[in-house]
Amino acid sequence: MATAVSILPGPQLAALNDAYRRAVARKRLRMTLAAAVFFAALVVAAIGAEVNLRTFFTYFGNFVSYFDRIFTLESGARVWTDIGEWFWGWHKWLKMLGETILISYVGTLAGAVLAFGLNFLAAENTSPAPWLRFVVRRLLEFARTVPGIVFALIFVIAFGLGPMGGVLAIAIHSTGALGKLFSEIVENADMKPVEGVRSTGASWLSCMRFAVLPQVTAGYASYALLRFEINVREASVMGFVGAGGIGQELVVAIRKFYYSDVSAILVMIIVTVFVIDIATGWLRGRLFGKDARA
Amino acid sequence: MSQLPKPDAGQLRARYPDVFDRPASARLAMPAMILGAFAIFVFGLVDLEFSPARLFSGMHQLGWITLMMIPPDPGSSLPIYLSALGETLSIALLGTTIAAVFALPVSLLAARNIIPSKLMRFPVRRFLDSIRGVDTLIWALVWINVVGLGPFAGVLAIAVSDFGAFGKLFSEAIEAADKKQVEGIRASGGSVLHEIRFGLMPQVLPVIAGQVLYFFESNTRSATIIGIVGAGGIGLQLAEQIRVLEWQKVSFLILMILVAVAAIDWISGKLRFAIIGRRAVAQF
Repeated sequence: MATAVSILPGPQLAALNDAYRRAVARKRLRMTLAAAVFFAALVVAAIGAEVNLRTFFTYFGNFVSYFDRIFTLESGARVWTDIGEWFWGWHKWLKMLGETILISYVGTLAGAVLAFGLNFLAAENTSPAPWLRFVVRRLLEFARTVPGIVFALIFVIAFGLGPMGGVLAIAIHSTGALGKLFSEIVENADMKPVEGVRSTGASWLSCMRFAVLPQVTAGYASYALLRFEINVREASVMGFVGAGGIGQELVVAIRKFYYSDVSAILVMIIVTVFVIDIATGWLRGRLFGKDARA
Repeated sequence: MSQLPKPDAGQLRARYPDVFDRPASARLAMPAMILGAFAIFVFGLVDLEFSPARLFSGMHQLGWITLMMIPPDPGSSLPIYLSALGETLSIALLGTTIAAVFALPVSLLAARNIIPSKLMRFPVRRFLDSIRGVDTLIWALVWINVVGLGPFAGVLAIAVSDFGAFGKLFSEAIEAADKKQVEGIRASGGSVLHEIRFGLMPQVLPVIAGQVLYFFESNTRSATIIGIVGAGGIGLQLAEQIRVLEWQKVSFLILMILVAVAAIDWISGKLRFAIIGRRAVAQF
């Protein structure tokens, strides 16, 4: 089946072609300018960050050989030839890993409960007063923007060395992050049930309990589980500043060049993170159906 | 007005048995779960050595520290702090860029619509997952061992840990791309590379650009903390001032970080909307 393609007459086509070329040229110019600005920023950044390609190339061999060394036992054999020797401290490390998970669990739960208490005050549609919403929002923003490990540094001084500082740091950071997400869920909730409950003369608290809460709990739980995943990673480094968990062992191993210990602890952390990811993913799928897993 | 007839409870009960007589397992599941979660919580508190006395004295101490922080005051070190902040932003920008540049080709290898063979995709994906499983701070410690203390180690740490995240996100963006364009290129006789360049990239680049900008934002935050282990930037100053208990400087540094992060958020938000319009960016 042959179809004729109609071609516009010459002058008309030339005008259209011209316009097209001009549009493309404008777009290209804009792209080039943006790229130039970006590269200028990169160069400035490279100078600022003391990037030294010579150091990098001289020492890149170190990076490769570092991984070579952390997978070598003291006897010179590869780590996987002697699992028992590689994981010689598994008893102690497992205990520290358990502590890490516990830190993130307690921190996440405490943060989720706090966020739960605050989020109705922060959401646009349920907040009882604008000034209260403003204050709560700024508080949450503060808790979320200051990195957890900075809180941990300060808490370790206030509460003493140990997991307590880590738990509180994670709790505060999670409050900030979850408070924002929770209040966004509430803002997306249907307001008709609230009107229904209010029309019966219910107080603000009853409105929240019977009209909003049933709509939002699934979303809350899903976000809290996600946060738990993130917090396990976060808790694994809390030990760097003395706030408990496996990080303490890891930082000692790295700083003192106990090579095979580094790889053993890293492998244990990675496996734990995998398992937790898969477990919470499964749990989310079970609780809220497939689409909640994204 | 007529009185509504009183509903017949027995009839309703017969009609909706699962509302009135839920099986015990369904009624008890929720309280049991809450009780279990609470039990683990209490066990955690005990195991992690929480005690009211410690909590109280810590709170007291914390209140005292907060009082000491007011008013924020940089002392005479403002120029040092400003250059440290610049260093932090440089670390974030360079780290994100390097990660994106290296992640793009690798993400092609992890995408289902480019590499159909599961056997080839699997190792790439697990590799990316393992990189992501290790926190940025750990990477920073490793790089410090390799290139020495300083911001360069921070750049490499952010580059490596973002490489894992980008690889995953990019490959998801590529998998979500429409394959009609690709088929069109193939129909007109293009090679595989042509398909990727002209069929795929125009679709995924805006999405990727949005994600990169989003990560630049979040890396400004990460870059503030990698200094704590000695990888340069404002975190180094912050950790030092906390350790010597110079609380006024600490609060000033925290304020600086908050302002810088807010500014970067604002700028990159504008840029993101300029590039991809008001489309939501997948949050990681």
